[in-house]
Amino acid sequence: MLKDLKQSLIISAWFVFLTFPLMAVRVNTTEQLVEWRLINMLYVAVASFGLSYVWRYMLARKQARKQVDDNGNEKPSKASLLMEDMSFRYKAMGVLLVFALVFPLVFDTYQVNIMNLALIYVVLGLGLNISVGLAGLLDLGYIAFFGVGAYSYGLLNHYFDLGFWTILPVGGILSCLFGVVLGFPILRLRGDYLAIVTLGFGMIFQIVLQNWSDFTMGMAGISKIAGPGLFGFDMNITGSITYIYYIMIGLVVFTILITMRLRNSRVGRAWIALREDEIACVAMGIDMARTKLSAYALGAFWAGMIGVLFAAKQAYINPASFGFMESAIVLSIVVLGGMGSILGVILGAFILILMPEYLRAFSEYRMLVFGAAMVLMMIFRPQGLISNIRQKYEYKGNDLQEEIENG
Amino acid sequence: MAEKRKILEVKGLTMDFGGLRAVDSVSLVVHEGEIAALIGPNGAGKTTFFNCVTGIYTPTKGDVLLHSKTGETRRLNGLKPNRVTEMGLARTFQNIRLFSDMTVLENVMIGRHCRTKSGIFRSIIRNKSVREEEQQIVETSYALLKKVGLQDLANEFSKNLPYGAQRRLEIARAMATDPDLLLLDEPAAGMNPQETDELDKLICKISHEDRIAILLIEHDMKLVMNISDPIYVMEYGKKIAEGSPQEIKDNPKVIEAYLGEETEA
Repeated sequence: MLKDLKQSLIISAWFVFLTFPLMAVRVNTTEQLVEWRLINMLYVAVASFGLSYVWRYMLARKQARKQVDDNGNEKPSKASLLMEDMSFRYKAMGVLLVFALVFPLVFDTYQVNIMNLALIYVVLGLGLNISVGLAGLLDLGYIAFFGVGAYSYGLLNHYFDLGFWTILPVGGILSCLFGVVLGFPILRLRGDYLAIVTLGFGMIFQIVLQNWSDFTMGMAGISKIAGPGLFGFDMNITGSITYIYYIMIGLVVFTILITMRLRNSRVGRAWIALREDEIACVAMGIDMARTKLSAYALGAFWAGMIGVLFAAKQAYINPASFGFMESAIVLSIVVLGGMGSILGVILGAFILILMPEYLRAFSEYRMLVFGAAMVLMMIFRPQGLISNIRQKYEYKGNDLQEEIENG
Repeated sequence: MAEKRKILEVKGLTMDFGGLRAVDSVSLVVHEGEIAALIGPNGAGKTTFFNCVTGIYTPTKGDVLLHSKTGETRRLNGLKPNRVTEMGLARTFQNIRLFSDMTVLENVMIGRHCRTKSGIFRSIIRNKSVREEEQQIVETSYALLKKVGLQDLANEFSKNLPYGAQRRLEIARAMATDPDLLLLDEPAAGMNPQETDELDKLICKISHEDRIAILLIEHDMKLVMNISDPIYVMEYGKKIAEGSPQEIKDNPKVIEAYLGEETEA
């Protein structure tokens, strides 16, 4: 305790020393004066002392919790116990769904529009979660698949006047095919190498979009993309935003359902095994090529679908929306939320997308906060906000047999 | 001794890494119901031999033949490891390779993968046949866990298991693939005498009850001499002896391979 205080004092003194020339001394060149702003030093001292103390406290707490784990008396937190309670889960899901449904009726169009953006990232996060979180294929060019979806709608709508509902599955499938085609050459790669190659693919995609002006309109982008139709009704702006919101909710629910089913299936288990140990996985009779490709292609599928919706929502797309920054954000969502955890990814998307929107005042510091948050996450909760809970299986056969044996 | 059916037949297997000949025309036969052992000093090429047989490496020369129950003979050279496993050859690893973030039961369920069929589409639909298959996987896996004595730890993460239990879990996982032949790479490595004793019993049980032939690499001579017949000895990539435990014990070449340097000293 006293040692911690002493350490924090030393750290704060060190910070005062380091920032002294920057914060305390100001040379006023017009009047040839040196101003001494010593009060700033006090702020630095207090702030660094406080932060360092909190930091030490948190680390100590983390250490204490870990020791409990080592003794084998791992106590699941209340939250995770609640999560495992099925009836609570259903209630929570019901409440969330009702909230999601009445959201546009209660809040104004601006809020709904922001929510639309967040929901796009929810689907992107869930899609990337399949390849990164479940199958362990680190993909840094994921946004390219989003771009394939968006551009397939943009271009098909521009050249052939095809409607939203026709293209929605087509965009998904095209992007899925794109994923398979890209997947083949990278089958042999893993870890860092895979990350670098996918990063390259992402870059190539964006550069092709920018430079193939005859076909993709280059940097000018495609404008006047038709919104989704509703049996020929004409809608005003508010109406169409609300409509897109509901399509979005539908797509999110659809994605969640399918990812959940896949995760707890034979295919999902193969993905997780692949992530855990590739050699053992293959030696247990799992076809690596097929498993990797399916994870990669399915991840791409969701990105393609939501890409179509993105194009319809914006009514205008250009290559700038599909840069590396977007890939990085989607990856951060997955990492922040918790790899492999569906609820975690949803939470991560809301935090990372909604926070900057509501904290407009601090928009200059956005990247700073973003980076700091990531570093803190890696230190205090490397498994993400919500760690993945494995499914418990019931084996009735065992009990049955014993009953028979007992008479 | 009546002529038993051959299961694995390896003829003149050779594996070169660049200029280094790690395995030099080794031949070996495992019959039905046998517990064969492959022994030899460190670096003799035993694990390389295993890797060639199970498809992790493609051998430079030689044949790996698997005689299936239906009487077909298949050549395994150059097949991918997952195809080899499908043919009925399952293995464990010298350095344990479990899926550490999966539960014990799930680890075994992975072994059932190649014997079940539901693909992506059917997993999404999850109709009755898929649910039945899933339940079947769970039941079979649980039965295997009972066999190796890990049923109480079924929902534990496999990384939290004690060392001996991890070794047994690897065996259970390999058995889940319904093999004709089980290849165990140093199953007793790092085990205490009591655990080794249990393993001894487990291996005999698998051999007798499940009629699975076993080929094992092992350094624990007590275990090898207790349970295995025949024994093959390798040194510097070459096979130097084969025979019953008694023959191996008395073989001067084997004694030299193991004790040679000490007699000189």
